[in-house]
Amino acid sequence: MLTFYGKSFISRLLIGTALYPSPAIMQEAIRASGAEIVTVSLRREAAGGRAGESFWSLVRELNVTVLPNTAGCRSARDAVTTARLARELFGTQWIKLEVIADDETLQPDPVGLLEAAALLIRDGFAVFPYCTEDLGVAMRLRDLGCRVVMPWAAPIGSARGLVNREALKLLRARLPDVTLVIDAGLGAPSHAAAALELGYDAVLLNTAVAKAADPVAMARAFRLGVQAGRTAFEAGLMGPRDFASPSTPVVGTPFWHAVS
Amino acid sequence: MRLIVNGESIEARAARLDALLDELHYLGGHYAIAVNDDVVPRARWAQTALSEGDTIEILTPRQGG
Repeated sequence: MLTFYGKSFISRLLIGTALYPSPAIMQEAIRASGAEIVTVSLRREAAGGRAGESFWSLVRELNVTVLPNTAGCRSARDAVTTARLARELFGTQWIKLEVIADDETLQPDPVGLLEAAALLIRDGFAVFPYCTEDLGVAMRLRDLGCRVVMPWAAPIGSARGLVNREALKLLRARLPDVTLVIDAGLGAPSHAAAALELGYDAVLLNTAVAKAADPVAMARAFRLGVQAGRTAFEAGLMGPRDFASPSTPVVGTPFWHAVS
Repeated sequence: MRLIVNGESIEARAARLDALLDELHYLGGHYAIAVNDDVVPRARWAQTALSEGDTIEILTPRQGG
């Protein structure tokens, strides 16, 4: 069973709440995904506005665990303040920590990320840091007290899948006790399956489902992809070989003549 | 008094945070508020005095990835 900071879950798919064609499709897609954890954000509310309240009532109807993010923060200071506001608003210590270095690639800022993670852990938060596949940064996050680390597969919304597969494999091998979640960059259920086959504990995605022609069907496909990948990992995948090895028995092959 | 609310400069009469929410017609209460980057828990809204030039962020839940 999957555990995040002492809380257990069955589903290994975490899903975002953004970019769906309509609120009803968002709800239906999240239900179809089987996800038990959804990501949300905080934004300014205009005077007299009710957008936040109506969105929040839709999320509450789903009866899921909420993981607020610090999306859009470009400094440790902004991320820490946003996390504290999220704790107040959502009543949770959980925070998906994003500190962004570059607007074009949404590449995480490792310096700001480590600084913010240290401050938030000291403040009692359960930090889910969004990072790259860099092993050094991931190890530092673990050493600070992050029991979950969430490397990207590829830039957010890019749908490119596991771009640096070898580095992600290395991360899994070197951090056996950390809960590892692939966060961002997945485009197809096969990408999710590949992440789980590598031994990643879960995947977090949003755009690939929300922007599909049929988000509800795609949510179901990702659910199956995640299940297939995890089942394959538990079953134990064979390693690749350089040459062919016949699967049909050779003994008793008809018309076979020994070459002398 | 001049305040910056969600990035916009406004002129307000309210002297306390709860009165400012009323004055600006913020209804309901599912907000998280920071005054000058410090989070003010809901229980302290009524006791939080505002000063000229304060920066106030009023946030609600939104879609996120």
